[in-house]
Amino acid sequence: MNAAISHSLEGRPEGSHGAEQMGHLVTGGLDLSHGVALYLEDITVSFDGFRALNQLNLTIDAGELRCIIGPNGAGKTTMMDVITGKTRPDAGKAFFGQTIDLTRLTEPEIAHAGIGRKFQKPTIFERHTVFENLELAMKTDKRVWTSLFAWLSGEARDRIADTLRLIRLDKEADRPAGLLSHGQKQWLEIGMLLMQEPRLLLLDEPVAGMTDDETMRTAELFVSLAGKHSLVVVEHDMAFVEKLGGKVTVLHEGSVLAEGDLATVQNDQRVIEVYLGR
Amino acid sequence: MRKPLVVRILSSLDTRAWIAMAVFLGLALAVVPVLHLALPEESPFHVSTYAITLLGKIMCYALVAVAMDLIWGYGGILSLGHGLFFALGGYAFGMYLMRQIGHDAAELPAFMVFLDWKELPWFWLGSDSFGWAAFLVMALPALVAFVFGYFAFRSRIKGVYFSIITQALTYAAMLLFFRNETGFGGNNGFTDFKRVLGYGITAPETRLVLFGLTALALAATLVFAAWLVKSKFGRVLTAIRDAESRVMFIGYNPLWYKLGIWVVSAVLCGIAGALYVPQVGIINPSEMSPGNSIEIAIWVAVGGRGTLIGPIIGAFVVNLAKSWFTVSFPEYWLFFLGLLFIVVTLMLPQGLVGLWKKLMNKEGAAA
Repeated sequence: MNAAISHSLEGRPEGSHGAEQMGHLVTGGLDLSHGVALYLEDITVSFDGFRALNQLNLTIDAGELRCIIGPNGAGKTTMMDVITGKTRPDAGKAFFGQTIDLTRLTEPEIAHAGIGRKFQKPTIFERHTVFENLELAMKTDKRVWTSLFAWLSGEARDRIADTLRLIRLDKEADRPAGLLSHGQKQWLEIGMLLMQEPRLLLLDEPVAGMTDDETMRTAELFVSLAGKHSLVVVEHDMAFVEKLGGKVTVLHEGSVLAEGDLATVQNDQRVIEVYLGR
Repeated sequence: MRKPLVVRILSSLDTRAWIAMAVFLGLALAVVPVLHLALPEESPFHVSTYAITLLGKIMCYALVAVAMDLIWGYGGILSLGHGLFFALGGYAFGMYLMRQIGHDAAELPAFMVFLDWKELPWFWLGSDSFGWAAFLVMALPALVAFVFGYFAFRSRIKGVYFSIITQALTYAAMLLFFRNETGFGGNNGFTDFKRVLGYGITAPETRLVLFGLTALALAATLVFAAWLVKSKFGRVLTAIRDAESRVMFIGYNPLWYKLGIWVVSAVLCGIAGALYVPQVGIINPSEMSPGNSIEIAIWVAVGGRGTLIGPIIGAFVVNLAKSWFTVSFPEYWLFFLGLLFIVVTLMLPQGLVGLWKKLMNKEGAAA
């Protein structure tokens, strides 16, 4: 009897007593029933009168791999800031699935809802080891009390080991991440994203600084992720975009200029003007 | 297999550190008391009352330095108001010591009599109880730190702005405590303590017990801090220090992590303050002066932030230098302190511990 009670106590999820700290964290689960992963409607963001985003409309389907291109200042990074809660839009709607209103959630809440973001400049924890970087990113209860008494199960170690092999950093596991090459840092950040088990991945120039070989491997990885995940990739490298193969959206001055497969977009007169015209 | 908490706490320090700690506690709890009590004063091995008071005081400072290092070295948040939490702990325990002075517990502290107050203000209620005082020593700094920290961290105030606000906070508190009407003895603060738990406060045995308790508190704090920074909480904390936005985008809310370590740090300062007051025999608002809080940061910088032993070394080195300087060249101490801070910041960013590591590495490379 006593054993049964103590067992049921141990079986309780560890974070249950810390729930009041971030009680608002639990959002209605992700609803992809209508096949839409991300829905942006008339999003406008101004900074001191400058319209970084101007009535932007964008829909990403569940499982889709979408590339976003556009000249500097087109609003690509601001768009990611809006989706991840860093910047609040002045107007417009932003939904993740059918139910999750991104304009009302904080950055950590959006991360928990299932959106992972890779920054333009690789942003990893340089003084932590590669292993610790992945450990911190791993999907788990991330409240203070749980972290104090957290320990790594064998399962968790296996997951980290799998990811290490996938991003080809298994030999670097115990080195400080700051010592990695630029390309390796990019991979580590992608690995951290995968550890979060997100449903939507936002990737800002993921292959900048990579060798051709690394770039092609990254493209293969992303293509393999599509279907189960939705991916939004911002990239300037057209060879990479071509390799990814998905639909391409061209942003210009904060709104969508053209959309379609790469060949169509590249032959669009307005797109040519924006890129070459001035 | 999940290791029990005790095992994890024990393994947060390595064998060498445990041996060093055993030696330290042996000295503080056995050797010093014997040398003080058993040897005559003219013996060269006699440890004087002055030395015990000085070392006890510096151990309190070392405890504050470790607390400061948790928030600054590991959390990347420079507080220039930690003197406030130290003073709050000191005042909370000082109230109890004031109530122990009189023979009759109902008697008012002398400064209230001078103010012609007829009864204790409400916030002095319960101050004659040791348990209540011990509770306040921790609860008061925790409460102030929580309220201040919640709003500051929620508003994402960072860097130098945060440091300046903490300076303003401790300065404002100092002005408040300077007022006689505040009810804490004005600029004289509390002094002339007679007893603690009924024992004479200047008796050699009482001094030695306070000295030993301070050593124990310092050792316990070190173990606790080592466990804390080696836990996942510690790794998240240093991650927030190095790349806060990344931490948010992988789903941690930095607010609660910063607030957690901030409150822990304040409570440790409160405990240090409570141990300090009976040994030094006085607490007054000057403990809250902005300069005192800056000095705490200097101890940590000199010793080496982001290491646990560094702040302790820094607190001892700077304060031993201070007691020598203020006797030999009192007017030059502040110049020396400023110079020390500049030299350390420019030439030894990792402090004395960093210097030591560098020297060891060179030797290792040469060998």
